[in-house]
Amino acid sequence: MKVKPEVNSKNDSALILVESNRKKGIMHYMRRDWQLYCLLLIPLSFTLVFKYAPLSGLLIAFQDYNIIKGFWASEWVGFEVFRELFSKPAFAQALRNTLLLNILDLLFSFTAPIMLALLLNEIKGNVFKRVNQTLLYLPHFLSWVIIGALAYQLLGLGSGMLNNLIEQMGGTRIPFLQEDNHWLFSYILIGVWQSMGWGTIIYLAAISAVNPELYEAATVDGAGRWRKMWHITLPCIRPTIVTLLILNLGHIMGGSFERVYALQNMATTEYTTIIPILVYRWGLESGDYSSATALGLFQAVIGLILVVLADRMAKRLGEDGIL
Amino acid sequence: MGRSVTNINLPRYKKVNIGDIIIGITIFLISLTCLLPFVHVVAKSLSADAYVIANKVFLWPKELTFDAYAKIFADQSILQSFYVTVIITVLFTILGMIITVCAAYPLSRKQLKGRVALTFLFMFTMYFTGGIIPEYLLINQLGLLDTIWSLVLPGAFSAFNLLILKTSITSTVPVSLEESARMDGAGHFRILWHIVLPITKPILATLSLFYAVGRWNMYQDALFYITYNTELRPLQLKLYYLVVQATESFQLELTQVSTSNPEVLKASIVVFATLPILCIYPFVQKYFVKGVMIGSIKE
Repeated sequence: MKVKPEVNSKNDSALILVESNRKKGIMHYMRRDWQLYCLLLIPLSFTLVFKYAPLSGLLIAFQDYNIIKGFWASEWVGFEVFRELFSKPAFAQALRNTLLLNILDLLFSFTAPIMLALLLNEIKGNVFKRVNQTLLYLPHFLSWVIIGALAYQLLGLGSGMLNNLIEQMGGTRIPFLQEDNHWLFSYILIGVWQSMGWGTIIYLAAISAVNPELYEAATVDGAGRWRKMWHITLPCIRPTIVTLLILNLGHIMGGSFERVYALQNMATTEYTTIIPILVYRWGLESGDYSSATALGLFQAVIGLILVVLADRMAKRLGEDGIL
Repeated sequence: MGRSVTNINLPRYKKVNIGDIIIGITIFLISLTCLLPFVHVVAKSLSADAYVIANKVFLWPKELTFDAYAKIFADQSILQSFYVTVIITVLFTILGMIITVCAAYPLSRKQLKGRVALTFLFMFTMYFTGGIIPEYLLINQLGLLDTIWSLVLPGAFSAFNLLILKTSITSTVPVSLEESARMDGAGHFRILWHIVLPITKPILATLSLFYAVGRWNMYQDALFYITYNTELRPLQLKLYYLVVQATESFQLELTQVSTSNPEVLKASIVVFATLPILCIYPFVQKYFVKGVMIGSIKE
């Protein structure tokens, strides 16, 4: 972050004051830009109340918090809550699931848009391309509840369309969403389906910026479609891929509560307990606020560290950072 | 004549070979997977119960009937949740836009003292938050649980949208225009209202859509904050209880499929909840694409 004094040289009236700017007190800037500070009061108060005030609530992770006693009367226990947390089997499972789902997402949901963008780029008819893009972007606009509902309508065991089709063709019904391993597969596939089209936008923009002369030269040299893809398009969009990959790596401790919650059911509990789900269950369903907060804090701190590391890594590789 | 027409037209069509056809078909099939689920659900929602129970409806309705929709529009609680969603979406979008503009304009002024620190203060919320429980306890302490304000106020500020607007104000509003306005004695309020807002209108539309669609689709906070006052359940949460959770119990009682089959009703509720999005989607899609592009460009 740069901390050099900002000098507005363009403002004529301020020009004379530039010399003595360093000595001006805060009142000077307040008087000059009071309108700007007034405007800032609104977002500032919102941010302080709804984003920063909850941070003080994180302290209950170090308390034996009792909602009836309240924050001030609850007993301080230091890191006791965390010690208990780390020894719980549910914690280990939630941590494993969070990492598992995110790593699988990274393998499939991250790569799918790249391949799809490469294919879309090959399409020559503009109308055909636009129609397909419109369809492919659509799932991004649906809520996870709707996607969950659609998933059960299509993949459900008893009456899902796909299973009806399988049965009609003489196969046996597959528990896509009602058995752990199948669920994991469906979860990832649905994630790919939801984000694939939308993810192509950035790659398509990067591809369109590739110098067309490179392709012409390659054509003259007799390179076919796939060779051009491999040796020109992919290397040219590599900076975009690397930046997005690092950004995704930074979020590997995250996890979409809404996505898992809309797709889970009683029959599949093995992989559905990710950290946010466990926080919800412990905190809001069972009232164990201290453990739930500690778990949330654990996730947030690791998440922040990962994002900062990812940013450093991106900058070291000469890409744009994210911070 | 015919020859020359072909000659003019020819260069516009590049040669189509077998590879193009394979790629075209692949893309088309993938696109179909985005369309067919809706076709199926619509078909199901318009079919007679008996065919749906017998698992005979695929992509075309059997014995066209609008009974299920008649039931939905007769159901007060579903309509109520629709109204609630519309109201919170409108309030949320207006509030979100006011807050975003009030933050983005000052932070885009180079002369503002403390600009870097303030920007950091806002941006930090993107990477570290109190999380589910502290936020819940705050809403509880403010007495907002089971009110629509719990769904409007906490999320109304988005650091990501602020970043987009700040970036686009810096890049689209010409400094010279602003300078001349200032020469004429215009203050910040007038510059904001008469110059910055009109110029950034397209991006304001995009951000409003970001806020609106985001609010419309979200159900997590409603699940947390609206627990007793079920009248205030937004549509998505209602849908969750009606369809997703019901599916669960329905699947467990697989063997006893009775005459009172809720499948048609479920399908029609899904269509009912999706339709508003599907209706505006073709018109707003291009704004979203634009927003993504600006969001990906760093200042």
